[in-house]
Amino acid sequence: MVTLNHYLILSAILFSIGIAGLVVRRNVLIIFMSVELLLNAANVAFLAFAREQNSLEGQVAAFFVIAVAAAEAAVGLAIVIAIFRNRGTVKVDELNLMKN
Amino acid sequence: MEKFPLYFIPLLPLLGALINGAIASHCAYSKKKPCEKTVSFFGILFPFASFAFVVLAVWPYLFHEVSEPRIETLFQWMASGAFKVDFAFRMDRLSALMALIVTGVGSLIHLYSMGYMKGDQGYARYFAYLNLFLFSMLLLILGDNLLVLFIGWEGVGLCSYLLIGFWFEDPEKASAGKKAFVVNRIGDFGFLLGIFLIATYLLPIPEAAEAGILSFSTLEKYKDFLAPAATAITLLLFVGAMGKSAQIPLYVWLPDAMAGPTPVSALIHAATMVTAGVYMVARLSFLYDLAPISREVVASIGAATALFAATIGLVQRDIKKVLAYSTVSQLGYMFLGVGIGANAAGVFHLMTHAFFKACLFLGSGSVIHAMHGEQDIFKMGQLKKWMPITFITFLISTLAIAGIPPFAGFFSKDEILWQAYSRGYVCLWAMGFIAAGITAFYMFRLVALTFLGKPRMDHHTQEHLHESPPSMTIPLILLALLALVGGALGVPLALGGHNWIHHWLGLEGGTPLLHGEESESLERLFAASSVGWAVLCASLALVIYTKKPGIVQNLANSCKRTYQLLFNKYYVDEIYEALIVRPLQWISQKVLWKGVDTGLIDGLLVNGSAKTSEFFGQMAGKFQNGMVNSYALYFLIAMVGLLVWVFK
Amino acid sequence: MELIFFYIFATLAVVTALGVVVFKNPISSAFSLVISFFAIAALYAMLSAHFIAVIQILVYAGAIMVLFIFVIMLLNLQKEELTERRASFLFKGTLVLFLGLFLGVLVLILKPLSSGFGIVDPNFGTVKAVGQILFTEYWFPFEYVSILLVVALIGGVVLAKKDL
Repeated sequence: MVTLNHYLILSAILFSIGIAGLVVRRNVLIIFMSVELLLNAANVAFLAFAREQNSLEGQVAAFFVIAVAAAEAAVGLAIVIAIFRNRGTVKVDELNLMKN
Repeated sequence: MEKFPLYFIPLLPLLGALINGAIASHCAYSKKKPCEKTVSFFGILFPFASFAFVVLAVWPYLFHEVSEPRIETLFQWMASGAFKVDFAFRMDRLSALMALIVTGVGSLIHLYSMGYMKGDQGYARYFAYLNLFLFSMLLLILGDNLLVLFIGWEGVGLCSYLLIGFWFEDPEKASAGKKAFVVNRIGDFGFLLGIFLIATYLLPIPEAAEAGILSFSTLEKYKDFLAPAATAITLLLFVGAMGKSAQIPLYVWLPDAMAGPTPVSALIHAATMVTAGVYMVARLSFLYDLAPISREVVASIGAATALFAATIGLVQRDIKKVLAYSTVSQLGYMFLGVGIGANAAGVFHLMTHAFFKACLFLGSGSVIHAMHGEQDIFKMGQLKKWMPITFITFLISTLAIAGIPPFAGFFSKDEILWQAYSRGYVCLWAMGFIAAGITAFYMFRLVALTFLGKPRMDHHTQEHLHESPPSMTIPLILLALLALVGGALGVPLALGGHNWIHHWLGLEGGTPLLHGEESESLERLFAASSVGWAVLCASLALVIYTKKPGIVQNLANSCKRTYQLLFNKYYVDEIYEALIVRPLQWISQKVLWKGVDTGLIDGLLVNGSAKTSEFFGQMAGKFQNGMVNSYALYFLIAMVGLLVWVFK
Repeated sequence: MELIFFYIFATLAVVTALGVVVFKNPISSAFSLVISFFAIAALYAMLSAHFIAVIQILVYAGAIMVLFIFVIMLLNLQKEELTERRASFLFKGTLVLFLGLFLGVLVLILKPLSSGFGIVDPNFGTVKAVGQILFTEYWFPFEYVSILLVVALIGGVVLAKKDL
């Protein structure tokens, strides 16, 4: 039988994969996508708990997460485009004006 | 005589110093020459006024047979736990005598300075310093405890430096002042150590602490508690005296001190400052009684210095240098006197020496003034023709210093020698005796070469020779008179007097006299032999240097090595330079400067700590590589750590 | 039955998520993510979160990922070359993965196995139910998020302009 734990473990795994992508990859867009993965992992956890507690609040939270993720994606991609126009690259290790 | 506070006596010269100092700084600022009349007015008024007050204060002690000390506290100076020191003055017979000498001779020298320093750019500064000196010296002799004495002690050292290096634009003169101060300082260090030792031994005793540690009365009352360390204390204090009073090995500053104006040499280096050490030993005679070894040391160094300096004075060419070495030598006699416990004799010689040595120095100043700065006696001659007053006063003082009766020096010097012999110090007596002869010889050599014989200067100088103005000759005359009659104070019983000063001061200590009443004839014999010996040496000098100077020349040539040794003052300065000064400079430069200051403090501590911060900063900076990924990783690690910590 | 479906979709979600991180070509990563979102949407449906599941597909997979793919193609991104920092990448990646697994294990340990989900109302998770609670109890965040979306809109336009 599927229990809460299954979903939570799934959430943890997705979360860690997202972190891995965030830390390892140098391409800004892929980092961004990893962040979306993180948000999704959080959503899974929200909805699992909502189901378990028979309360719609978790779903409302998940709804807002998705809404905010959409806004963030829009702005973030605009920033990426602006960076690409200014610096000519989207590789994070070349965007190191704040180094040292 | 209405009682006035004792502190008036040092206060007046202090006021003079302040006023003249203000005038001097004002003139320095506005680049004007000081108004000599105003400066002289204050500069002379205050010392003479102080002298008047001294006479008033001393009157009971002199003429009314008063002998208890009069102690007046100005204010409580220090009170730190058990350590209490008051700023207090003390007037008793010893300080009365010293005060009379200091203010009396001092005032005369202030008067003389009016004429000598006329026209000098630093006229006001000079009188300010001179008054300040008088103030310090009075603090020294009127202080009721060792600390007030020490203020005066340091003060006279300072004024000595200021006055020796008075014409400081000349680097040689400035460095002479420095040398005096530094050598003095070495002595002062020993003095301070002595004071600390005294305090260490007396602080544990509550009664002593209550009464004011370091006060002379306390010291005398509780001297038995100091007995275990008495030798150390007295020797350390004597180190201070060695520096201040120019004994071996710390005498080297005094001949160099002749770079200062001649009245300064007269006041400070003949009559007053250098006698501070003698005063101190006499004052603390009860301490020296507890340490016979120290007495021996003091007396031996005194006798050795007397002989040593006399030999150097024998061949000097500069008139002031001869007098300087003569001072060192006579100071040796004084220490011989107070060292063996014959305090009255030592202080008596201090007094007569003040008279005749001051007169000699002022006379030499007169000569130098007339000769427009020339100080080499081999370039003078027959000055008696042009400067009769100077000559007569100089001659009187020379007779005094040579120890020829009835002039003052005979009675004082002879008393010391007799005391030395009759207390059993035969060796020291012999040294003093020989030195007396040498003294007579070189002093009359000086007179002969300067005032007698044929003139050796050029005609141009001869035309400008003239006697000095009254402001300079009056002190000369007064001092010569004192040198003539001052001996009356201490005519010993053997010669018909009743040795007034011996009984009046009443400070005897040390070993007792070996010979009793029946020794009067022996004393007369000794006196006669001293006189004979002195007259012999004196006439020898006169004859040689007026009639046959060639003899000396031949002697010098045949014993060239000895002559060179004496002329170069036994190379003592050079030895000090090599053994002490150079190594110190080397250490200061290489070790302390380059090693410690540059290397350790600058390099290791200051720069080092900066470099360490920089290093750690660099290391920390490696975390900031500008890469978002790494930052996210750090977030993650921190967050995981936090979670683990919270949920543990 | 439910368990099998769970495992199928869960595995799909995880594998495609890994694909996002691993693929060198950004387009491959993006498509992988889209598939992952679909799988996750299925999982949402299994959790009776019908509304959210649909929103997920509409917004996330439909809008956000399309935007991503637009940008990738716009910037004409090439395959990413792994340079000499490869070793530290892998190290970091492994580190993180293990951390994640550790988190999972933690969850396992902390929460005892529950006995499965209870019965819920058939209205649970429907559009009506969620809409109701959204417009009553959580109306303020709702309005707030709409303002946020306006702001994001403006921000996006401003940032992407050629000359600011």
